Amino acid sequence: MDRLFSQEVIEETLKIVQREIPLAVWETFYVTLLSTLFAVIIGLPLGVLLVVGEKDGIRPLPKALMSFLNVLINILRSVPFLILMILVFPLTRLIVGTTVGTAASIVPLVIAAFPFVARLVESSLREIDPNIIEAAQSMGASEFEIVTKVMIPESVPSLISNFTIAVTTVLSYTAMSGIIGGGGLGKIAINYGYYRYKYRVMLIAVILLILLVQVFQTVGSKLVVKLDKRLKK
Amino acid sequence: MIEIKELSKTFSSHNGDFEALKNINITINDGEIFGIIGMSGAGKSTLVRCINMLERPTGGSVLIDGVDIGALSAGELRKMRRNVTMIFQGFNLLMQRNVLGNVCFPLELSGVPKKEAEKRALELLETVGLKDKAKSYPAQLSGGQQQRVAIARALATSPKVLLCDEATSALDPKTTRSILSLIKDINKKLGITVIIITHAMSVIEEICDKVAIIDNGEIAETGAVSDVFSSPKSRAARNLVYPEERDYLERSSGQRLLRLVFGGEYSADVPLIAKLAMDKGIAANIIMASTKTIGGNAYGNMLLSFKSDSDFVSAKEYFGSIEKLAAEEVQ
Ligand SMILES: Nc1ncnc2c1ncn2[C@@H]1O[C@H](COP(=O)(O)OP(=O)(O)OP(=O)(O)O)[C@@H](O)[C@H]1O
Ligand SMILES: [Mg+2]
Repeated sequence: MDRLFSQEVIEETLKIVQREIPLAVWETFYVTLLSTLFAVIIGLPLGVLLVVGEKDGIRPLPKALMSFLNVLINILRSVPFLILMILVFPLTRLIVGTTVGTAASIVPLVIAAFPFVARLVESSLREIDPNIIEAAQSMGASEFEIVTKVMIPESVPSLISNFTIAVTTVLSYTAMSGIIGGGGLGKIAINYGYYRYKYRVMLIAVILLILLVQVFQTVGSKLVVKLDKRLKK
Repeated sequence: MIEIKELSKTFSSHNGDFEALKNINITINDGEIFGIIGMSGAGKSTLVRCINMLERPTGGSVLIDGVDIGALSAGELRKMRRNVTMIFQGFNLLMQRNVLGNVCFPLELSGVPKKEAEKRALELLETVGLKDKAKSYPAQLSGGQQQRVAIARALATSPKVLLCDEATSALDPKTTRSILSLIKDINKKLGITVIIITHAMSVIEEICDKVAIIDNGEIAETGAVSDVFSSPKSRAARNLVYPEERDYLERSSGQRLLRLVFGGEYSADVPLIAKLAMDKGIAANIIMASTKTIGGNAYGNMLLSFKSDSDFVSAKEYFGSIEKLAAEEVQ
C-alpha cells in the first residue's frame, strides 16, 4: 500500500503519462474514426441493399443474393473480435503489408464493424414511413432517387444516432486491438496494467477511454437533435 | 379522359387469393370532380392506386387520354406520374425537408433547375395560402397546413389529374371544408380532373360532380351525384345515402316503411303529410326526416310508417302519382 502512494511511484506514473498518453489518445481517436468511416462506406450501401432488396422492397433482388448477404453479416457478427483479428491476418497482410501495428489494426476493425453498421443502417431505414416512399413513387421517383433523396435524407437523424453507437463500439474494439500491437489507449492499458502491473497508468488510460466515449456520444446526440427537423423547435 | 376498363385486382397470399377489385368500369371526363365512395375495405385505395400503377391490376386496363398506362415502360410510367399526381390521408411530406423543399421535390425529380423550381414552388405556396411558411418544417405545421403543402407539391408538375385518397379524413370538419374548397378552386382555375376517394358522404356532396359507389370490390352504382343521392338504386348506395334506415328497419320489425324523397321546390312549399291526411284520410307516422343540399339543390327524405298494410299501399300509390316525388318501400 505504501508503495502505491510513494512519491517516486507517482512521479514515474506522471512521466509515463506525459510521454505516452497524448500520442495514444490521438491514435485511439483517429483509428476509431477512420475505421468507422470505412465501415460506413461499406456498411451503408449494404444496409440499403438489405432494405430495398427484400421481397417487398422497392427493388427486390434475387432471394439467393439476399440470403447470402444476411448469412455473411450474421457470421461476421458472431465471431468474437479477438478471434476475428487473428482470422483476418492474411487479409491484413495483403492490404497493409504487415499484421502488427496501428495501421494493421484498422483492417480487422473495419471487418468487425461494417456488418454491424449494415444492420444499424438497415434498422434506421426500416423506420421510414412506407407511405412517404409511396408518395415519392407516385411523383415519379426512380429507385435510385428514392434511396438518395428520400430514404437516406429522411433517416439522417436515426443514422447519425446509430453511427454514434458504431463509433463507441469501434472505440472499445480499438482497445482490444492493443493485443496485436494496435496503438492507442488500449495498448497502454494492456502494456502497463497487464504486463507491468502499473495499475495507475492503466487506470488513467481507462478513464481517458471513458472520456472519449462520452465525447463521441455527446457530439453524436447533439448532432441528432440539431439535425432532426421533426422536433418542433 | 380516364377510362377504367374491366379492371380487376387479385391479391395472392399464403392463405389464398383475395379479389379486391372485380370488373370495374368507369369513365372520368376531363375537368370533372369524380368521387369514389365505399365502406372501409371496399377497395377504394386499391382502385385509385391502379390509376397511377402504384398497384398493378391483374386484369383489365386503365387508359389515360387513350394511352394504356399498364403497357408503359418504367421510364414512361415515371413521366406519366408527373401528369397524374396524388395526395394522401397522411399527407406524406418529407419530414426532413422544409415546406419549400417539399414542393420543389417533384420538380427536382423532373430535372427543373433549382432557381426555377423555387420560383414555381413559391407561386404554388401562394396559391395554397402558405407562402409565409416556406421555411418551416412539416412538423411545425397543422394537419390542414400540411395537406395544403401536399397539394402544392402535387400541383408542381402541372398535372392533368389529381388523385386524392382520403385526403381529408385526418382533418376536422372546418379544415376539411377549406381543403375541399381549395381543391374545387384548383379544379375550376386549372381545369384539373380530380378523383376523390372517401368514405364520407359529406365530401361527395360538397364538391363532386359524379360519384361511383364501390362495394366489396365492385361498382354498385355510378352517375351524377344528384341522381345517385336523390334516388339510390343499389343496396350499397342506400346504405350510404340513408345510413339511419337500417336502424329503424331493425326496430320496426315486420312493419312496412315508406321512403319519400323529394327534390328542390317540393320540400319547402307542399305539406305532404297533411295533404295525404286530407285527400286520403290516412295518418302517416313520421319516423325520420332529413334534408341535404347537393350541388345547391335541397333534397329531403322522410321515412313513414302506417297503421295498416292497406294504408301503406294507398299512401305509396298516392305519393307515387305526384311529380318530383319518389315513394319507395324500404327493403
Ligand atoms: N397488399 C395487399 N395484400 C392483400 N390484400 C390487400 C392488399 N392491399 C389491400 N388488400 C385488401 O384489399 C381490400 C381493399 O383494400 P383497400 O385498401 O383498397 O380498401 P379501402 O376501400 O381503401 O379501405 P379504407 O377505407 O379502410 O382505406 C381489403 O380487404 C384489403 O385487406
Ligand atoms: Mg383506403
